[in-house]
Amino acid sequence: MAEHDAGPDPVRQNPTTTRLRILVAEDNDTDRMILQKLVRRLGHDVITARDGMEAVERYQAERPEMVLLDVLMPALDGNEAARQIKKLAGETLVPVIFLTSLSDPEELARCLASGGDDFLSKPYNRVIIEAKIRAFERMRQMHQTLTVQRDLIRARNEQLISEQQVARRVFDNVAHRGCLGARSIRYHCSPLSVFNGDILFACPRPAGGVNLLIGDFTGHGLPAAIGAMPVAEIFYGMTGKGFSAGDILREINQKLTAILTTDLFCCAAFVEAESWPGRVRIWNGGLPDGYLIRRDGRRMTLPSEHLPLGVVSPERFCADMTAYDAKEGDTVVFATDGVMEASTAQGEAFGEQRLMAALDDTTDDTAPFDRVIEALRAFMGGREWADDLTIVSLDLMRPDDTIDYAPLAASSGLPGPPEWDCQYTLTGESLRQFNPLPLLLHICLEVPGLQAHSGDIYIILSELYTNALEHGILTLPSDWKRSASGFGQYYAEREKRLRTLSGGEIAFRLHHRRLGAGGELVIECQDSGDGFAAPAELSLDQTEYAGRGLALIHRLCQRLEHIGKGNHVAAIYRWPPDQGAQHDRNTASGH
Amino acid sequence: MAIQTQLSDDGQTLTIRIDGRFDFSTHQSFRDAYEKGDQDVREYVIDMSGTRYLDSSALGMLLLLRDYAGGEDSRVRIRNCNSDVKRILTISNFEQLFTIE
Repeated sequence: MAEHDAGPDPVRQNPTTTRLRILVAEDNDTDRMILQKLVRRLGHDVITARDGMEAVERYQAERPEMVLLDVLMPALDGNEAARQIKKLAGETLVPVIFLTSLSDPEELARCLASGGDDFLSKPYNRVIIEAKIRAFERMRQMHQTLTVQRDLIRARNEQLISEQQVARRVFDNVAHRGCLGARSIRYHCSPLSVFNGDILFACPRPAGGVNLLIGDFTGHGLPAAIGAMPVAEIFYGMTGKGFSAGDILREINQKLTAILTTDLFCCAAFVEAESWPGRVRIWNGGLPDGYLIRRDGRRMTLPSEHLPLGVVSPERFCADMTAYDAKEGDTVVFATDGVMEASTAQGEAFGEQRLMAALDDTTDDTAPFDRVIEALRAFMGGREWADDLTIVSLDLMRPDDTIDYAPLAASSGLPGPPEWDCQYTLTGESLRQFNPLPLLLHICLEVPGLQAHSGDIYIILSELYTNALEHGILTLPSDWKRSASGFGQYYAEREKRLRTLSGGEIAFRLHHRRLGAGGELVIECQDSGDGFAAPAELSLDQTEYAGRGLALIHRLCQRLEHIGKGNHVAAIYRWPPDQGAQHDRNTASGH
Repeated sequence: MAIQTQLSDDGQTLTIRIDGRFDFSTHQSFRDAYEKGDQDVREYVIDMSGTRYLDSSALGMLLLLRDYAGGEDSRVRIRNCNSDVKRILTISNFEQLFTIE
């Protein structure tokens, strides 16, 4: 094909061809002219240079997209010019094609070693030149696209990290660590674990003791973290107001079911540890087995018995807790599956067996939690722990003065009434499914100054209500609770009788009046049951469980009155309480 | 192909077989497997005989399938699980939502 062939303009013929600026450096005038003409005909602009030095200068001034470079030139040879042009180009890809009549493989290889991308043999062939320019243009564009995308990814990544840091701070405000710092709680979780879907919250209960929630959202990153926010809010809010674990779980489940997509849910375990009367209640939905380690080292499994949170509708959700008796020295341990899946460089996982072995190793008196961490550390060697590895232990029934109950008494801003009287009656069906304690506590805590005593008041309300419900209405024999097996039987029977309950009534009458610097709160509770003969003397020291609830109230209150046949009790609480009552409460919670 | 589907002769049962790891990387192909299925499909069978591993995002995907298949009225059977896979399904109490054989 003749060079003068005036065929159709290739640029117009192929719209994908870009008009390029191409630097042609060639010391031979004739060769340069031919090449210039050839390249122009292909639809590109040509910049010319007569030697290597000029090529570098023109490159610097004009920044062409591609360079055709003669190897042998005066002033600066092609190899050196290529090196300098590549250096000037930096990250930009400028294809450098050598023009050469050389045929020695060594020489040709040296061209490429100096930074050239290819070579064109003289004499020039239009078809080959066009094909090479096209090929290098594709490469140049691909390189450009990659560079732009890489910069974009880098920028996005930096943005993501800074957003995560901000999100972390916001998250900390909502989902603060609660009372995880208390002495009776040990835990490990990475600061960024929330972005791996792990959650861990602990909050003191107004009635004493602690609520603990450990969970693991499906998925990673922001979607998982988003779910954690409402969980934290509900958990802390409702625990502080004295709601039962079952109510809190139902609320969380309902919220998550409503707001999350189907494939997002939260495997979780809820531990409701009472400081009195020595009971821990567990709910495990989808988390690996938890363990209750007895003081003597015996290990009980706390298996997953429920669907995770956020999977089923409120009607199908089951918040039944399993109750265990608890004594000082007992410990509950839960971990997310990140612990079992923690693996060595060889891919071997820590696994359940190692976890149980660590828990069972009672050769010294290290805490179960510390034994697990020690075993994990030894297993992992120097390997870094993953962000989705969360483990917590809670010592039961151990008096813990490092738990701060003060945040529970959050003031509402506006002072409520100091003098009032109210009556509240629950009947049949309401008794079956409604817990009136948070509502009653809320009414009491509206009294300015009384919030500081929310713990006492909650215990009084709760013990009176429990007594009226379990003994007055459900007629459960309290002596069942004397053995561990009877303990379970008692609560199973309680559930059963509650489900089939049709009649009955529990009435509260609350009355508050100002008294000196504080006030006097009278809580009366009357049930429709047969009542019982009030014991002549109430004692906390007796080995019987029966009557201990009333004994506790007696110690907290100024006075406890039995009215009528024993189904009507009035507790008179004066505050600020004297030192004696405070002391007894501490003693009681230590039992 | 990690995921294979097979429609029964009467067109009412779609069997989805997952080989290897059933995790987030399988998300799109698993979804395609049941969404491209015929309108007549009444029952889904998840064949796990070749599934070595299942993570929590796979549990989420099973829930998505359950919703797609009609939620409470859905008929989804999971069969041939190895012990590891079965354990994860059991921990999550998924037998309350699916028929696990």
